[in-house]
Amino acid sequence: MADYTLKLRRFDPESGKAAYWEDFGVDLPPERSVLDGILQARSRDDGSIAIRCSCQAAICGSCAVRINGKTALACNTKLGEAQDMARSRRGREEITVEPMGNFPVLKDLVVDMDAVHWKKVQRVVPWLLPEGDPPEREYIVPAEAMIDITQSMACIQCGACVGACLSLEADPEFIGPAALAKAYRFIGDPRDGQHEERLKDLAEDPHGLYDCTHCFACVEVCPKDVAPMNQIMRLRRMATSDYEIKDKNSGYGHEKAFVNLIEKYGTLHESQLLPRSYGQGSLIRSQVDPSSLKQLTASLPTVIGGLKSGKVSPVKALIHHKLPDQKQIRRIFHEIESEDERLELNLYIVGEEATEEEGAMAEGKGSET
Amino acid sequence: MKVAYWPGCVSRGFTPELHGSVAKVAPMLDIELEELDRANCCGAGVIAEHSQELADTLNARTFALAQDVDGAAGMMNICSTCQGAQSECQERLDADTDYRSHVNGHLKPEGLSYEKAGDWWNKNFLWLLVEEIGLDAVRERVVRPLEGLRVAPFYGCYIVRPTKRLGFDEHPDRDTYIEQLLAALGATPVDYAGKHKCCGFPVITMAKHTSLRQAGSQIADALDADADCMVTPCPLCHLNLDLQQPDAAKYVERDLGMPVLHLPQLVGLALGLEPKELGMNKHVIGTKDVQRKIAELAAA
Ligand code: SF4
Ligand code: SF4
Ligand code: FES
Repeated sequence: MADYTLKLRRFDPESGKAAYWEDFGVDLPPERSVLDGILQARSRDDGSIAIRCSCQAAICGSCAVRINGKTALACNTKLGEAQDMARSRRGREEITVEPMGNFPVLKDLVVDMDAVHWKKVQRVVPWLLPEGDPPEREYIVPAEAMIDITQSMACIQCGACVGACLSLEADPEFIGPAALAKAYRFIGDPRDGQHEERLKDLAEDPHGLYDCTHCFACVEVCPKDVAPMNQIMRLRRMATSDYEIKDKNSGYGHEKAFVNLIEKYGTLHESQLLPRSYGQGSLIRSQVDPSSLKQLTASLPTVIGGLKSGKVSPVKALIHHKLPDQKQIRRIFHEIESEDERLELNLYIVGEEATEEEGAMAEGKGSET
Repeated sequence: MKVAYWPGCVSRGFTPELHGSVAKVAPMLDIELEELDRANCCGAGVIAEHSQELADTLNARTFALAQDVDGAAGMMNICSTCQGAQSECQERLDADTDYRSHVNGHLKPEGLSYEKAGDWWNKNFLWLLVEEIGLDAVRERVVRPLEGLRVAPFYGCYIVRPTKRLGFDEHPDRDTYIEQLLAALGATPVDYAGKHKCCGFPVITMAKHTSLRQAGSQIADALDADADCMVTPCPLCHLNLDLQQPDAAKYVERDLGMPVLHLPQLVGLALGLEPKELGMNKHVIGTKDVQRKIAELAAA
């Protein structure tokens, strides 16, 4: 019996047949990759199996597929681990390998990267747009100014995040995680002169900055820890706090409304969140501004439904008690908001400090040598 | 077991039936709740989007209040989103001593301080049941096994991703706990595509189309898998799946009518509580069919 069974999703558009599953036995040790397994099946059993790959070392970004339902690089996933996962997650022996989601399939495991991934990357103008005449020699920037974007620069364009993105699944037009992380690579770059224009463009796009549902799927699958969602949150922070872009998608209003309510009450006052979000954070504006009024009335059936079912009592909708310690919350707000600089701890960049044990071990080692 | 209890905002606002159910169910499982009534909103990721330091400070404050509760084994929350938002802040606070003391500086005037301690935890009710109370103990207290009830689990993103931050290294099957719990309650877990997907709630005000297509598709998948109801440990998911369901149905162009229960409600049913005591009459999507099944069980 073979060491592992790979269950591959096969599809050949020229055959006129629908996609189907096919099992292949492979004989390799557990530390070899799923890609090694697929290549063995191709050379031993069926030369027509299609998969894109090159470096076989998680560098080129060509081999992203879904393994047991989870998007990953085939060359970066060990057969042994994949089998454990198949057993514990799906209660079966075979390792399933299928093409990524959110992409049209060209053949077997090969998807159309141009139609989705590269098109979206193009959308964010993925090159530097400096202002003024170029300097005579190179641009000089302090090293610290670039540290923050090294995380988005680590992207290998494998498209795994795009394949796993849950907003993209519901809205194929969403610009998506990889392209937005790419956008931050330039908006966070001090040499670029179009930060505000770029942000405005992304904030106003109904499939842009505010179409990300914060599902962490991209963070989970990215093989290079780019954490695209975190870059999207940075873009939002810049759009709302630094440039105060009052977009028509209510992204600005939603954030302002939420933050102001917590400052005021300490806990969330939901019945005001909706009207305030549509009124760029203000309760008054939401009543007088025609566009916010329209959005608010559009959400009325839901609120009325809530009242009818007894879920939302009218009293609850109108009165929200302040926390007994609200003064403290306000003090904290003012303390932090009045700081000159925004303090952010990016663990990708600073890393986690060693625990005491690890530290002691390292020291112990040091004194021995 | 005594726990410092953070109910969150939504369970005391739009989903009061959740708060009420936990109050009834906890003592039946020997969980003593000390409610953190001075604690503040977790920020649901939105405050962190505005200012990371602010979100970290507000949650450090909640942790500090919880650590001050005498005799508490740890802190319990009842919301996937609270779990995720708080775990994110805790990860940063624990990672860096200087950052932690800077944040604690903001809490000083109140005499509060969050201390990093390897054995201190903040767990969702679901995690607490499986890891601290134990499914055997739960099983022993079941007086009305929910036999024949087909339940589709809906976890909520914040409690399953990212796995590294959420302790999956230590507890690798945290994303199968609802199924395990359902089995302990005698119910039948339904497998379907949407169980670890997104309810769409975070973008309901900003991208309604995306939001409700997500809610609608996950509900439709559960329906196609023949579920009698869905169950979720997250009140925000509940808002999009239940409160918004009539609207979501339009976005996926089909009838849905899928009852959605809060996890503690389902536990309560198996422990013998009546649907009404658990506020099951307060949902937007009626729970009559589920109630009828429960009544039949009682009769049998
Ligand atoms: S967090 Fe946002 S960008 Fe990332 S996968 Fe989810 S919806 Fe897509
Ligand atoms: S962000 Fe990560 S997952 Fe997405 S394309 Fe880049 S390397 Fe791949
Ligand atoms: S083959 Fe290059 S990343 Fe897998």
